Amino acid sequence: MEICGGQTHTILRYGLDELLPPAIELVHGPGCPVCVTPAEIIDKAIAIALLPGVILASYGDMLRVPGSKSDLFRAKARGADVRIAYSPVEALKIAHANPHRRVVFLAIGFETTAPANAIAAWQAKREQLANFSMLTSHVLVPPAIRALLRSPQNRVQGFIAPGHVCTVMGLREYGKLASEFAIPIVVGGFEPVDLLEAILMLVKQLEAGKACVENQYVRSVAYEGNLPAQEILKEVFEVADQKWRGIGAIEQSGLQFRPEYAAYDANRVFDLESIEVAEPAECISAMILQGLKRPTDCTAFGVRCTPERPLGAPMVSAEGACAAYYHYRRHVTPDLAEV
Amino acid sequence: MSTTPIVDLACPVLLTSHDTVLLGHGSGGKLSNDLVRDVFVPAFGSTELARLDDQAVVHVNESRIAITTDSYVVRPLFFPGGDIGSLAVHGTVNDLAVGGATPLYLTAAFILEEGLAMDVLRRVVCSMSEAARKAGVRVVAGDTKVVERGKADSLFINTTGIGTVASEIDLSAARARPGDKVLLSGPIGEHGITILAQREGLEFESVIESDSAPLHTLCADMLRAAPGIQCMRDLTRGGLSSAIHEIAAQSRVGVELEERAIPVREEVRGACEMLGLDPLYVANEGKLIAIVAPESASAVLSAMRKHHLARRAEIVGTVTDAHRGLVTMRTLLGTSRVVDMLAGDQLPRIC
Repeated sequence: MEICGGQTHTILRYGLDELLPPAIELVHGPGCPVCVTPAEIIDKAIAIALLPGVILASYGDMLRVPGSKSDLFRAKARGADVRIAYSPVEALKIAHANPHRRVVFLAIGFETTAPANAIAAWQAKREQLANFSMLTSHVLVPPAIRALLRSPQNRVQGFIAPGHVCTVMGLREYGKLASEFAIPIVVGGFEPVDLLEAILMLVKQLEAGKACVENQYVRSVAYEGNLPAQEILKEVFEVADQKWRGIGAIEQSGLQFRPEYAAYDANRVFDLESIEVAEPAECISAMILQGLKRPTDCTAFGVRCTPERPLGAPMVSAEGACAAYYHYRRHVTPDLAEV
Repeated sequence: MSTTPIVDLACPVLLTSHDTVLLGHGSGGKLSNDLVRDVFVPAFGSTELARLDDQAVVHVNESRIAITTDSYVVRPLFFPGGDIGSLAVHGTVNDLAVGGATPLYLTAAFILEEGLAMDVLRRVVCSMSEAARKAGVRVVAGDTKVVERGKADSLFINTTGIGTVASEIDLSAARARPGDKVLLSGPIGEHGITILAQREGLEFESVIESDSAPLHTLCADMLRAAPGIQCMRDLTRGGLSSAIHEIAAQSRVGVELEERAIPVREEVRGACEMLGLDPLYVANEGKLIAIVAPESASAVLSAMRKHHLARRAEIVGTVTDAHRGLVTMRTLLGTSRVVDMLAGDQLPRIC
């Protein structure tokens, strides 16, 4: 199983699974950060964006993600001031340029994007910036792998760990997982050859009866990771329970603001009611994200569930497993091949 | 007494799944197509419009006249390789040229925002005039409107182009047949990446310039080279992917592209990788594709390569009768995948 949505995307885009012998089955993990962001967070972001005097900024691909009823693009069309930012620091600049408006950055992502979000909060605190806050939904990879491995239904025999997350966080946590669960883990990159090499390394470990962490993505990942990035994460955030869209709550699998940073937590600044959004009954995303079913096993795939109208998490963003199958595999999917 | 069918009592515009216009409706992707198909075509109902080509060809007395119209709302107004004025001329000339027309006349309508610097307007108009002169077309009618500050973004231009089409030419996006070859005139994605880089203040090691250029002499050379050209499309919003999809849908055929054959400049590829974009969907303003019968493909290709705007032309794909309406691609690794049409604009990814 590859964890990262970027890796899922590469596998489907280049058809790497078609090139492998049938004994090797690739299943796709929960590592598309856009996909696993709870619909409630999107609903909150829309509610905040529609308040008078607010500018809501986020990464481009978050604007199309559907919450329970709408998305941020539609909120923009209804008059909300919603802007695409390339980094949270850009959102800080917007706050400086608009001192009489409240600027909110919708900050989501894995350990890869969390340090940049932490820096924005840290900088805002240092500058005592009063009109800036962040609506966050941060998820962590190792607790998700642990939850998958603890499941009695688990059938994953080797993991490709996410290269960018490990560039930030290093290999230590993954070494612990490999020995605790006796499972091979290889940190992989994002090019087709990176993934093929990572798969080869996993197969060699399995054939030799080994279970350790190895690093395929040596041009980017060091054992310790990026220490200053880890420092700023610890300064601003603390580990907390987190809900994942399509999977449910996983213990200690997210990050929330430390009390010292409460003034920058949009959840507190805006005092929004929390709304529970139920997952559609037909969606089998929890099974897909654990590698128990394939996207094409779903009765709604490509019919009642498409990237324009996704029922569940893996169809939400281009890097989700269902969306990747929909985008790249329709010509070999029965019933969908002729349009 | 005549009876009027009840359906004619209402404007035949279908209800769409969107209650407001979204930015994506202007992206050149699926949402744009939905808007045209569900709102405009049923409302206006003309057979010329329903062909969904870049230009309409109408008969006036004994002559065949090509008509096209286009609006330009690009920001920034000036960018490496061009500006909104030259772009307006090139875009309209190209929409005529890919229909096999000889571009002759343009109209130019300006929507100006109160407070726009007169010097900016002069520069745009001079550039437009120079581009028209170089392309051999004359601007023969115009209009000006000024709107209050904040009601337009500096300056919008609308142009209409008129040209003549020789009697033997019959190009249409509905004419692609299995076995036909897909020819591309050169590297893709340069205009879109130039605009994005300017807009977002992104800097690259080497300068990327817009490919904005008039393609009418290239089209004429191609049409002279061999009789087998079925249709041509200039690649604009939505990029190579949108243009091919439109042809696949209109002709009810499949298209298989060859990833290895599609030229992309290294700088564009790098910028796309950094921003999480796919060059197949990035805008161009000086590139075209042609669907050509297999026996004419090499003659048309060599005519293209002799023209200075298509030195790097390639055969990039084949029309198939498998998976009709879908575009697929043979990847660098020899596997096959679908090339999808985007719903709206490509968005920079989070990571």
